[in-house]
Amino acid sequence: MFYRENGQFKASYVEDLRIFKVTQDRVAVLALVAIAVLLVPMLASDYLLRAVLIPFLILSLAAIGLNILVGYCGQISLGTGAFMAVGAYAAWNIGVRIPEVPLLVQILLGGLCATAVGVVFGIPSLRLRGLYLAVSTLAAQFFLDWAFLRIPALTNHSASGSVSVGTLSFFGLPLESAWQKYLFCLGFVVVFAVIAKNLVRTTTGRQWMAIRDMDIAAGVIGIRPAYAKLTAFAVSSFIVGVSGALWGFMHLGAWEPLAFSLDRSFQLLFMIIIGGLGSIVGSFFGAAFIVLLPIVLTNVPALFGLPLSVDTAVHLEHIIFGSLIVIFLIAEPHGLARLWSIGREKLRLWPFPY
Amino acid sequence: MGFFIETLLGGLMTGVLYALIGLGFVLIFKASGVFNFAQGAMVLVAALAMARFSAWAIELTGSMLFGNVIAFFMSVAFMIALAIAIERLVLRHLVNQELTTLLMATLGITYVLDGLGQTVFGSSVYTIDVGMPKEPLFLFQDVFEGGILLNPDDLIAALVGAALVAALALLFQYTKVGRALRAVADDHQAAQSVGIPLGRIWVVVWSVAGVVALVAGIVWGSKLGVQFSLSTVALRALPVVILGGLTSVPGAILGGLIIGVGEKLSEVYLGSFVGGGIEVWFAYALALLVLLVRPEGLFGEKHIDRV
Amino acid sequence: MNTKFAHGIRGLAVAGTMAFALTAPSIAAAQSEQFIPLLVYRTGSFAPLGIPWANGKLDYLKMINERDGGINGVKMVYEECETAYNTDRGVECYERLKTKGGGGSLFDTQSTGITYAVMDKAPLDKVPVMTMGYGRSDSADGSVFPWSFPLLGTYWTASDIIVQDIAKKMGGVDKLKGKKLALVYHDSPYGKEPITALQALARKHGFELMLLPVIAPGVEQKSTWLQIRQQRPEYVILWAAGIMTPTSIREAQATGFPREKIYGIWWAGSESDVRDLGATAKGYNAIAIQGSADYGKAHDDILKYVYDKNQGSADSRAEVGTVAHTRGMMIQMLTVEAIRTAQEKYGKGKAVTPEQVRWGLENLDISQARLDELGFGNLMRPVKTSCADHMGSSWARIITWNGDKYETTSDWYEADMSVIDPLVKAGADKYAKEKGITPRDCSKE
Repeated sequence: MFYRENGQFKASYVEDLRIFKVTQDRVAVLALVAIAVLLVPMLASDYLLRAVLIPFLILSLAAIGLNILVGYCGQISLGTGAFMAVGAYAAWNIGVRIPEVPLLVQILLGGLCATAVGVVFGIPSLRLRGLYLAVSTLAAQFFLDWAFLRIPALTNHSASGSVSVGTLSFFGLPLESAWQKYLFCLGFVVVFAVIAKNLVRTTTGRQWMAIRDMDIAAGVIGIRPAYAKLTAFAVSSFIVGVSGALWGFMHLGAWEPLAFSLDRSFQLLFMIIIGGLGSIVGSFFGAAFIVLLPIVLTNVPALFGLPLSVDTAVHLEHIIFGSLIVIFLIAEPHGLARLWSIGREKLRLWPFPY
Repeated sequence: MGFFIETLLGGLMTGVLYALIGLGFVLIFKASGVFNFAQGAMVLVAALAMARFSAWAIELTGSMLFGNVIAFFMSVAFMIALAIAIERLVLRHLVNQELTTLLMATLGITYVLDGLGQTVFGSSVYTIDVGMPKEPLFLFQDVFEGGILLNPDDLIAALVGAALVAALALLFQYTKVGRALRAVADDHQAAQSVGIPLGRIWVVVWSVAGVVALVAGIVWGSKLGVQFSLSTVALRALPVVILGGLTSVPGAILGGLIIGVGEKLSEVYLGSFVGGGIEVWFAYALALLVLLVRPEGLFGEKHIDRV
Repeated sequence: MNTKFAHGIRGLAVAGTMAFALTAPSIAAAQSEQFIPLLVYRTGSFAPLGIPWANGKLDYLKMINERDGGINGVKMVYEECETAYNTDRGVECYERLKTKGGGGSLFDTQSTGITYAVMDKAPLDKVPVMTMGYGRSDSADGSVFPWSFPLLGTYWTASDIIVQDIAKKMGGVDKLKGKKLALVYHDSPYGKEPITALQALARKHGFELMLLPVIAPGVEQKSTWLQIRQQRPEYVILWAAGIMTPTSIREAQATGFPREKIYGIWWAGSESDVRDLGATAKGYNAIAIQGSADYGKAHDDILKYVYDKNQGSADSRAEVGTVAHTRGMMIQMLTVEAIRTAQEKYGKGKAVTPEQVRWGLENLDISQARLDELGFGNLMRPVKTSCADHMGSSWARIITWNGDKYETTSDWYEADMSVIDPLVKAGADKYAKEKGITPRDCSKE
């Protein structure tokens, strides 16, 4: 009833190319950003910000990055965790060695380093496909895990190989309390989500999708697979690297390679499968789902007076994750994003579905 | 020199153990085109089942031999039930999907098996004792100082592996099911059109892979103890099948040997220069190197793309 | 499809409101209850170690509530949170429990990774972190790490004590000169931490240190032990965890390395590590935190007040008295005593805040008489902490597996602080510099 677009005409190409074509969407998005920026930091508890919203934002960002590679370009990667680690360690190293570099630049440079590494490990994709490529990204994961443990220069000769960040500030403003960190991450996520959304609508983005759908055919119609695949690796690794730096700096504060292990790679892959392959919004859904599920599982049974023992909760979580992956692949290969858009179509017609 | 031979032998033995796990990958991939990431979890679940059943059966019968035999057959039944469940609940609904979709589905199965296995069987360490000799043998003590170390349990594992491969080869070559399996492996649709029941064949394949996982689980479990981490050995065995080619049983064996030897030699001779701990990624790098030259692995079938 | 972004943001809001509903602010507990958060790992690859450890921590709290009715009438309430030895899960647990029930009294994170992450947050949140037996080792310096308490010893003191025992077996410290010791370690910060101390010891005593990392989780160690067979070190120091420990011992057997010449760190010295190996592990040595392999009066109390009433956390009574379970009890005993100390200053019979617990931890003074009273007389030696010394004591004994159970086979050792202190100082100074911390002046406190 309220979500009708009757009478909204597109009178120019610019209007036709808008991301949010429907006025209600535009209003809703602006309202949401406003709520996220103004209301949430005021109302949300410290726990909610630190343990739910900040990880959610950072993992959404990583999921967007991975989605570009897997969902848009069809190159499966099991090394996402390692690329996050590259971003985190690179940003940290820059900060330790050249303390004058502002935080924002540190994080972006971290992303650039991840880009370089990502492109290097993306080169096998020119020759390998599907499963074999997945294995080559696994090689990246294991190699980088090893490198961060074994090369003392990368951790500034820390005795145990753990690194930790000092006090943070953003152009003179302190980044200490939960809401400051939250806003900082939110800024990154909004900016990168907009960039990613626009990027997949460009020539490059469409080339990625052509490669995904059938690389031989794409080659035949004049798309250079090398260019398309490597740009996908580059953009994806950049975003993933930035999210890795944020994960280290904003969420953990101190970390070891275990924080970016293979499990992290799988977790991100699950996010985009559940959220929706080839969908920016799906990355948010997937991240929200994966961040919230364990918390729900530990808290909700207790609310109903059925305290689940902690180990059962974790096992249950594994079972639920696994089953959901299978269920989604069978029933809804496009994930939560697809469910959302079905819901939206319904809403457009409601309450007169004819 | 003695040490080199020792390392080589150690590598070969480890390679056979990897190949045992790799076989499971190959079997399923050959017959259903699914890269079964859950193979590691299947090894874990099979080993857990064996450990718990045998503890129970040995207590019941009072005899280690009988107990283990009973437990083995119970575990086989369990793995077959698992295969049927996987076919019914998952594979049946994913016929003709892309390779990567199937891969991700098996990732899902991995998580379910990890959670389920630990819920049902518990997450402590369990033992499988099938009476493998553990004390090392020292050969050629008069030729080399200290002799050449050989582990009888590794040797037995190698023999078991060889027997398993022989059995599988016979199964594939000379039985009706084997012919059907090969037909399905060649072409799903053609096989179906001549009346081979695809679903049943998949159950058979997954059951066989389950039994292979059980054997691998028993061998590894009696070596390491059965615990959650057992499923990670599959990640060590992954480069093996990639190197050997996903569709080739001999490839898995040879790949296992190459990776096993490569891993040990690299760790022992190169590792000390860079601080050690390189064997995992070295195995992957080795596989990757082969892939860049032969994208289907050493013995894999060449895949021709058509638009 | 172009409106996806809009929905993304909307999805965020949905997620947000869900989370709001879930985490309705925890209600401050009544004044007569003291909340203890328990971070545990009962799943994952370290579960066999984590389960009895967690049970020991729980059982002691239950016993205190049952036997004494809490601390001076203040009941202990607690909540477990599963970390699976995973840093981000641990951080979530920490954030959730730190304000619960009037404030989580103190955090025993049970993991090196979580400790590192929480250690930086704790001073801001004013929550103490107790890391009995794991460290980080340099946090023993209370002037730089006011909120961290690596009580009863760290990896550095453990390294020194292991080397002391080795020297004793070889017939004197001077015998170490020119000899070779190998450190086989779990390739993670946990396994790497002792390297600093062992290198310092190697320089001091003139032995050669071989470093052999094992890739986590440590299921395949053939190359490591082949190298040991080739290089023939006198002794192997095993910094293992989880499945790595039994695998190492099995590989030692497979390569013919005598188990009597292996020394495990305490986390590799629990029954779960060797029980299944039985006679294979016979002779395997491990360092115990204090005398945690012995049986004391405290165990009887646990059995009497908890297990006889069917309240036990473990599946079987047999777990009480195992090394890992006893370690859990020790940790909780120190927690309870710290709270008691804090109550003595800030008001008996009242719940204390985390900040007050910190004071309690820093002014802990448990004498031998008090230990006897608590039933830990033969399990521990006195502990006394201060502003500068957050470790309190570094006593330890060596235990040996006899094929069936652990036996305490050495006398009490105390770490040689002339080696460890400079390392602690250097580490703490580096940390202070990195973080821009001005150390407290302990002479004024």
